[in-house]
Amino acid sequence: MNIDKRLVRKDSLEKLFDILKQNSKTIYAPFSKNSKVSFREADSFSGITTDYIQTTQSSKEVAFPRNEKILNYSKDKEGMKVKGIDLNDIPEVVLWGVRPCDTMGIGELSAIFNWDYKDEIYNNRLSRVTVFGFSCSKSDDYCFCTSVGGNPGNTQGSDILFTQLGENGDYLAEILTDKGSSIVSISSALFEKTENIEKEKFLAEVPARFEREEIRGKLEKFFDSQLWVEQSLKCIGCGACAYVCPTCACFDIQDEAHGKSGSRVRCWDSCGFSTFTLHTSGHNPREVQSQRWRQRIMHKFLIMPDRLSVYGCTGCGRCSRACPVDMNILEHLISIQEVSL
Amino acid sequence: MTDNLYMPYLMRIERVTYEAPGVKTFMLRFVNDDDQEKFNFKAGQFGEYSVFGVGESTFCIASSPTRKSFIECTFRQTGKVTNALSGCEEGSIIGFRGPFGNTFPIDGWKGKSLLFIAGGIALPPMRCVIWNALDLRENFKDITIIYGARTVKDLVYKYELQEWERRKDVQLITTVDPGGESPDWKGEIGFVPTIVEKIAPSSKDTIAIVCGPPVMIKYTFPILSSLGFTDENIFTTLENRMKCGFGKCGRCNVGKVYVCKDGPVFTLSQLKNLPDEY
Repeated sequence: MNIDKRLVRKDSLEKLFDILKQNSKTIYAPFSKNSKVSFREADSFSGITTDYIQTTQSSKEVAFPRNEKILNYSKDKEGMKVKGIDLNDIPEVVLWGVRPCDTMGIGELSAIFNWDYKDEIYNNRLSRVTVFGFSCSKSDDYCFCTSVGGNPGNTQGSDILFTQLGENGDYLAEILTDKGSSIVSISSALFEKTENIEKEKFLAEVPARFEREEIRGKLEKFFDSQLWVEQSLKCIGCGACAYVCPTCACFDIQDEAHGKSGSRVRCWDSCGFSTFTLHTSGHNPREVQSQRWRQRIMHKFLIMPDRLSVYGCTGCGRCSRACPVDMNILEHLISIQEVSL
Repeated sequence: MTDNLYMPYLMRIERVTYEAPGVKTFMLRFVNDDDQEKFNFKAGQFGEYSVFGVGESTFCIASSPTRKSFIECTFRQTGKVTNALSGCEEGSIIGFRGPFGNTFPIDGWKGKSLLFIAGGIALPPMRCVIWNALDLRENFKDITIIYGARTVKDLVYKYELQEWERRKDVQLITTVDPGGESPDWKGEIGFVPTIVEKIAPSSKDTIAIVCGPPVMIKYTFPILSSLGFTDENIFTTLENRMKCGFGKCGRCNVGKVYVCKDGPVFTLSQLKNLPDEY
């Protein structure tokens, strides 16, 4: 299929932003603060940053919030009332400036939330999100998207993918979905027809470092390997890797009571935590950190491909950047590939 | 099931039965008749039971699907939620999500004998199947139940044990751990695996269903194997910590197998293919 390619002038981005605002879209975009770049709701175009390799947090929060009420309850004289959240309250969002490794993560996250049981809360949030991916012109040593099926100009998961044509250049916009087309239809003057532009030479170069199929094959026979202990010796089980990951979906469900009413809340959790699998009896199937590290790698590179037909890693490298003890997932994956069985 | 997977049914506690120290059974009825009409489950499935404001806890449905219009659960007061549940009185409203998980393939057991082996608080997941089978008694040959607990006091479903004892079409053997007997105890004394070995039930056309603490299970399986039970004819249930019940929260998997979706019911042959992490 031919992708609808348009040219968007650099100066037109602000106009596009304003048109989206006029159309009551909530816009989440990357902002730089204290040397961290994070997505937040953008009131105006000024301040949105384009100068970043990767945001500190992934953009998954827009469909899978860190803490999300899933129901409210109240007790009164007439009895117990329980009410689910009103899905109509979910705003129409434009996610602006997402890197291709995050947009790819949407598919992986969606696979988890739709494995037989359809998670309507997640699906409703996602259905109201229009994704503006922005290709990468820069990368760093933590990036490995090309080893896990992605690339710096990957269109997967974006509704429109913008690629800047050189520093300070205009943008190539690839209109990829109906959601993307509907944005073009409300701002068509900004999306100029264009001759075929090749985006490749404007993309960052990310060398492929391993074969994920090979890792998957190794993992089949790797459960009892000593390598899990060696790799996780310095892991302190802080869970930072899971919190920054675009595909980690593990969650906890907790009640928050305020007097006679309250809410049930779904909140991010991590397989790295020692209490994650702890039974009330005191028994813990994943008693030590090496088992929890194994779960993390196995889940992403063996269990998900087997059960959900998608891998659980997009090569964004955030877990390695965030790790307080410098565990580097890329190095560990390479060493798994290199081990001879 | 509603669109919101996390939305529990409201259940009224109709009856509370004290079973053993710290162990209670709730008979629960749906607050909304509509929910009750639509609700269906099969033996072996589980649910998420909740006290609003405290949280959810996972355990099996202990009543039989042949008994309509209510469900029962039996739990030991151990953690935050089970303590809160334990404080609930008859008439209180609690939450229930479910049913989740696979089931005992009881339809495929027609014409066979059934051997139930349970220890302690693990009788509840089996009680569901026992009553299911007893309510369709003509479908099965011999039904044998071997049930043990630490002490006489710890035996659950005491009234039902008496009923099974009286029934001519059920063979019930109860046992308590050495030292756990009372002066008037008439049952066996000894650990469950020892008693299984002593009784030596026939494996001919027989399905064995085993639930109990890990140590009991560990020592019972080899005895069953030596009695001629094949791995495909030995069933058990696994438990793991869960939050969602439907394969998303990420904590109940044993390797590639999710206890919430692929289980909780497993054959010994399936169990032997699992990595040692449960």
